[in-house]
Amino acid sequence: MMPPGHIRTPAYLRGKTGWIERQLGPFGNPEQQAYGLLGDKLTLYRVRFTMAEVWGDQAERPEDTLDAEIYEHWLEPA
Amino acid sequence: MPHDHHDHLSPSGHPYRADNDEPLSYWQTMEIAVRELLIEKGVSNAAEINAQIDAMDARSPADGAQVVARAWTDPAFRERLLANGSDACREMGFDIGALQLIAVENTRDVHNVIVCTLCSCYPRNLLGLAPDWYKSREYRSRTVKEPRKVLSEFGVSVPDGVQIRVHDSTADMRYVVIPARPEGTEGWSAEALADLVTRDSMIGTGLAKTP
Repeated sequence: MMPPGHIRTPAYLRGKTGWIERQLGPFGNPEQQAYGLLGDKLTLYRVRFTMAEVWGDQAERPEDTLDAEIYEHWLEPA
Repeated sequence: MPHDHHDHLSPSGHPYRADNDEPLSYWQTMEIAVRELLIEKGVSNAAEINAQIDAMDARSPADGAQVVARAWTDPAFRERLLANGSDACREMGFDIGALQLIAVENTRDVHNVIVCTLCSCYPRNLLGLAPDWYKSREYRSRTVKEPRKVLSEFGVSVPDGVQIRVHDSTADMRYVVIPARPEGTEGWSAEALADLVTRDSMIGTGLAKTP
């Protein structure tokens, strides 16, 4: 769950399915920037998840949503 | 939860603060080393660095409140703020630096709340320094899981028919909530309205004050 290095994709969202709320454009990859490198430019997306998807039965109210910014290399088509 | 409790108070009612006698941490040493190098090499000087610290300390939620009040009173500005938060703030003359701002709007059907689970990202160039509780592990971990419970502890009860949108600032964007304009303020000037806009209402843990 927690690979070494500087990761900006929260563990609680890994493996969850959401939809693109908006595209934010290219940003340097923080996983490289953390080591003093410029960082490849990657497309950053705002991804929206339902609380039901993230927390399952424990969701406080399933229809509430959570948005997070996720770099493209952490996403795959669902 | 929102407020820290100080168990030990001095006779004059102030909390005791321990003397900072412990050795410097790695990052404190690094900060001093980099600052001294910048000064030695003539890149900056102590006055310039102090002026920058003062400028950051001087920023306060009052800047954000002016932005919100303008959005309430100027529909074209509201559109621009929702389309590009950074540009709209610069248009009002706020020096927000490299801040990449997204404004999210509370409506009759939606309540937004901001958190940074990974660290403590906060739009400080617009709202000033973040409150301590915003940086606490408790706020950061609970807000993404039980936002309604957290909000109720702040005194904000979100009706079941209203959707909560939590925004986790995980990367390059910073967020500000445009709270709903209070009822009974029709015809008010932007200046008067700005007094109703609290810091917490722009984080989503509060509502704008009602007149």
